[in-house]
Amino acid sequence: MARYDGAHVLRFLARRFLLTIPVLLGVATLVFALIHLIPGDPVRTMLGESASEDSVIELRGRLGLDRPLYQQYAIYLKDLARGNLGTSLRTNEPVASAIAARMPATFELAAASMAVAIVVAIPLGILAAAGAGTLVDHLATTLALVGISMPNVWLGPLLAIIFAVELGWLPVSGRGTFAQLILPALTLGAPLAAVLARMTRASVIDELRELYVTAARARGLSRTRAVLRHAFRNSLIPIVTVLGLQVGAVLTGAVITETIFAWPGVGRLLIQSIGFRDYPLVQGCILLIAVTYVSVNLLTDLAYGLLDPRIRYE
Amino acid sequence: MLLKAGTAIVVVIAALAIAGPLLTPADPSAQDLPLRLVGPTLAHPFGLDELGRDVLARVLVGARISFLVGLVVVSVSALVGTLLGAIAGYFGGWIDDLISRIVDTLMAFPGLLLAIALVAVLGPSLTNALFALTVIGWVGYARLVRGQVLRAREFEYVQAARALGATTPRLLLRHVVPTAIPAIVVQATLGMAGAVISEAALSFLGLGVQPPTASWGTMLSGGRVHLLDAPHLTIFPGLAIALLVLGFNFLGDGLRDLTDPRQPRRAAPVRP
Repeated sequence: MARYDGAHVLRFLARRFLLTIPVLLGVATLVFALIHLIPGDPVRTMLGESASEDSVIELRGRLGLDRPLYQQYAIYLKDLARGNLGTSLRTNEPVASAIAARMPATFELAAASMAVAIVVAIPLGILAAAGAGTLVDHLATTLALVGISMPNVWLGPLLAIIFAVELGWLPVSGRGTFAQLILPALTLGAPLAAVLARMTRASVIDELRELYVTAARARGLSRTRAVLRHAFRNSLIPIVTVLGLQVGAVLTGAVITETIFAWPGVGRLLIQSIGFRDYPLVQGCILLIAVTYVSVNLLTDLAYGLLDPRIRYE
Repeated sequence: MLLKAGTAIVVVIAALAIAGPLLTPADPSAQDLPLRLVGPTLAHPFGLDELGRDVLARVLVGARISFLVGLVVVSVSALVGTLLGAIAGYFGGWIDDLISRIVDTLMAFPGLLLAIALVAVLGPSLTNALFALTVIGWVGYARLVRGQVLRAREFEYVQAARALGATTPRLLLRHVVPTAIPAIVVQATLGMAGAVISEAALSFLGLGVQPPTASWGTMLSGGRVHLLDAPHLTIFPGLAIALLVLGFNFLGDGLRDLTDPRQPRRAAPVRP
């Protein structure tokens, strides 16, 4: 079984890692190009029509927009490699530190929403799979489809109306206490829970059809143990993969959820920066979110390759 | 079941969007400031908004925007994606490499993020939102069709057609791309749901349809500051989005069950 030896695993990891480099370069290039897509003169757009000629020339020089395009691109990539994302136009703060200050809030929200999704979805998916075709299954699958269809631009305000306005149980905005985390985490976690429940159901059903489950049952194992100990454990790999791939949806959902609940994360910073036409900060936020997404996808793929011995490394 | 429920929901909402002005005498842009934020009444079943405009009339007009966005984004994305995916899959080589690298780069941006970025630089408007959603939309179709074409070009009947002298465009259009059509239809139906949600999200963030034009997203955005005193501004447009998206998701799932030979029509009960 030479296919599974260490050298092959290493080669798989290295190849997957190398394939990420052109993608990251593509992402960086697209983010660089954004500022050049601004219709008309980007500097005048940033400063407003009433800006003086001197300040326009000064900012154009500061952003390097007076240089030839290839030089701008080379300088951009060099700065990027050093972790220099430029300076915010509004606050003069380095973009990297402005984003770094907001990152813990976004990661806290993302982690909480994923926790909500796991706690809700996995038992629901297992229940639906164990009773496939029964009323429980139909209820769970319909609930999951409703969950997928609930846009968080609506779910967020709706939860706020019920739990903050009508019942008065939870605060509607801000960050700092556990109570303030609940509504944003539910808003962001619900669609993820729906996707995860569908995936859990599908992969547990697949495993239940396998002969080893029938064999385990024939040996006298109870139905519950057959589902939990055998089918569920083996269906964990696709479930973990889906969870990894859903990080993208969580990151985008965070932009909306943070705006709804005034949650001080990177997503809200992005929307605020768009409002202020603070384009270096907009570019920085977009770049950070995309790079996080690519990295999580890479980690998911690597984990998948390591966890599942059936995967081919060639 | 899913197919029927989905079709029913989508057809009813489409009919309401078309027949909107016949259903309510209220003008969606007429303001009645003394009645601003008044809740549902017999004369105004969905209540009035922050400028005293009839919410029902605006929800009905908003349905047109949602369908418009869905149809434009999905049809242009499907067309461009199918074309580029077919070219990449059929010709291979550097053309495939180029198209696949573009697809990989665009797919490196999660969901709506690239659309948000594009609208941020191009300026918020319905046209720019349509453009941005199409830019992120076509890659899914391209990837799907490329995969199908890679398989289909090895089929014997395709090779036989080639041996008989069929031209490349004819081969692609008559023999190869049609094998991908069921999958494209499923993706397009689910894509309608995605486009409706995306438009709502962009407009909610102030990056899509601009006031005073009524769209479900701008209505939710307007309702956000009145959660305390006028929750009806949030409830009705949101309900409309969720229903239409649910309809398209039901329809897409139903079509997938119908067209995917690997899935049993009805989930066979599994009894461990």
